[in-house]
Amino acid sequence: MKLDLNVNVHHLTRVEGHGNIRVKVEGGEVKHASWDVVETPRYFEVMLKGKHYTTAGILTARICGICSIGHCLASIRASEDAMGVKIPDAAVKLRLLAKHGETLASHALHLFFLAAPDFVGLTSAIPLIDANPAVVGIAANLKGLGNRLCDAVAGRTTHPVSLQVGGVAQLPDREVLRKIAADLLASVPQLTATVELFKTFAIPDFKRETEFVALKGVDSYPWIGGDLASTDGVVKPEREYLAMTNEWVDDNNTTKWAKLSRESLAVGSLARVNVNYNLLRPEAKEIAKIFGLAPVNHNPYMNNVAQLVETVHVVYEIVDMIKEIVEWSDDVPVMAKVTPKAGRGVGAVEVPRGILYHCYEYDKDGRVVRADCIIPTTQNNLNIHHDMGALAKHFAKEGMTDDKLELLCSMLVRAYDPCISCSVH
Amino acid sequence: MKYLRLEPKRPRIGVFDFTSCEGCELQLANHEETLVPFLKAIEVVNFREVSSYKGEDYDIALIEGCISRDDEVGRIEKIRAQAKVLVAIGSCACFGGVNRLKNAYNLDEANKEVYGDKPKSTAKVRAIKEVVKVDLEIPGCPINKLEVERIVQCLAFEVPFNFPVYPVCVECKQRFTTCMMEKGQLCLGSIAQAGCNAPCPAGGLGCWGCRGPAPDHNFEEFMTLAKQRGFSEKEISERLGFFGGFEGRR
Repeated sequence: MKLDLNVNVHHLTRVEGHGNIRVKVEGGEVKHASWDVVETPRYFEVMLKGKHYTTAGILTARICGICSIGHCLASIRASEDAMGVKIPDAAVKLRLLAKHGETLASHALHLFFLAAPDFVGLTSAIPLIDANPAVVGIAANLKGLGNRLCDAVAGRTTHPVSLQVGGVAQLPDREVLRKIAADLLASVPQLTATVELFKTFAIPDFKRETEFVALKGVDSYPWIGGDLASTDGVVKPEREYLAMTNEWVDDNNTTKWAKLSRESLAVGSLARVNVNYNLLRPEAKEIAKIFGLAPVNHNPYMNNVAQLVETVHVVYEIVDMIKEIVEWSDDVPVMAKVTPKAGRGVGAVEVPRGILYHCYEYDKDGRVVRADCIIPTTQNNLNIHHDMGALAKHFAKEGMTDDKLELLCSMLVRAYDPCISCSVH
Repeated sequence: MKYLRLEPKRPRIGVFDFTSCEGCELQLANHEETLVPFLKAIEVVNFREVSSYKGEDYDIALIEGCISRDDEVGRIEKIRAQAKVLVAIGSCACFGGVNRLKNAYNLDEANKEVYGDKPKSTAKVRAIKEVVKVDLEIPGCPINKLEVERIVQCLAFEVPFNFPVYPVCVECKQRFTTCMMEKGQLCLGSIAQAGCNAPCPAGGLGCWGCRGPAPDHNFEEFMTLAKQRGFSEKEISERLGFFGGFEGRR
């Protein structure tokens, strides 16, 4: 077969951060296939040194503009673990509510604005403002509801202010929450319309056997803290996160690489669904069934579907949680007393793009001695890289063109919803 | 969309990111109630994070992020040469942002700490104005979308935009937020540039000064008050240095 293909994407669009795709096929044979991360490093672990525990969460939220709430939550959880702080039950619930707001806003952003344009042959969602205002309306409404929830609970959706070591700074305005729950219920037909829209999208037929890593839920779908599990059967307690990541540095990339039992691993919505399918709410499971998403699914493009499933899951869970929270008395405790002390702590949180770990070592005054942050996309980067080779091999057949392969490769990276600047931090 | 019978100009905008979290760009896609009119009021010519269309004929370049590696210098110079107006958005672009904290450390040691024996290319963090001419700075970590909307409105009708001269304190009073200093927290609200509508004190956190100093602020009185209330020099200095906006004032 005389098939030559060349894909060279410099700074891939519609993803957060900077990465390049290079694929070279000669005579039908894959000569080169890579995902290169060229993002500028920011050295957050260095900047954290000497910082007071009250500062760590504010600083690390700035690792990521999209999942700043997730970073702040992992950070304050690690600090609380290090100092032996037990936060009030109400604060546990409010943090999860903020987390759900971020998941809703982030998944809606990715599904509609970053992923969907490829499936309808557009360069962005902007032309849809005139061509299909109904879809843009749905996207804006769902994303907006997630952001409104974050504003209400965390004080601000990007770079939260109310999530602090010890709990949360204050109870949210319950009238605002009530209105959000009502608006979410009124949006259920929009979720159905979104499912119908995604049913019209042709998900590329490709799979590569992958080890998926996520928090392991006990009695509910997991988001904040708990044991860590992989689809290859590895289970570790939260504090042993390093055994799940095994990071190393290579010569050419500013991201690090990670692996567990295989050459690489994957985290994210698909990993969460693969590990915790049975804990999804029935409304969400129903959507999974429509798309044939069942564990363990090895098609990376199905991460888009998994995000849709989780979107439905969190919408119903938010409504239920708000029903309970609006009944709380005004003086329910939301903040525990914190006394700085020396120690090491870990916080594992499922952020939109997968499992995130923060680990801090504190001195007796509550200042950081050593910090480590392991980002979901850092864990995914090597898997994307290996997927790229398998994908090129799978699709390097009669009729394939440079443009078609470039689109498939770009869609592969976008399916992971990568946060590249995060992954380098 | 006429206003006072005037036809608005539709600014041709390119959005570009340098070393940052890309959270300011995200703000451009937030405030969903007015997202559609906002996107109709501007023409997005180049915006890598949300569009694969890469036009080079933009008039206004919005720059997020700071300069922290040599290859970024060439990129920003090229954008400067194309743009009629270059706008720095967010604290990273305006002051270096939290990234500037890196400058307190030896870069070789920082590299060793993070990358071991495989160091990566990096440089001292610089704000955009330290590298090319900046026409307008919209500070904030992140930027406030409502303020961006007001600026775009001004651009569309060719009216000048003025930032408030008063500090964040005024905005807390306007929304009846109890003073964080009264609650025992350190707060830069009395000296920091307003325009954010003070979300941090309203959410239970004293101001960290992400927008830099207000034009009309009383720095000496702030220092006296903060020390009187028992905050240490170290604590105040760390707070002032966090986003880089008070560089030279601590």
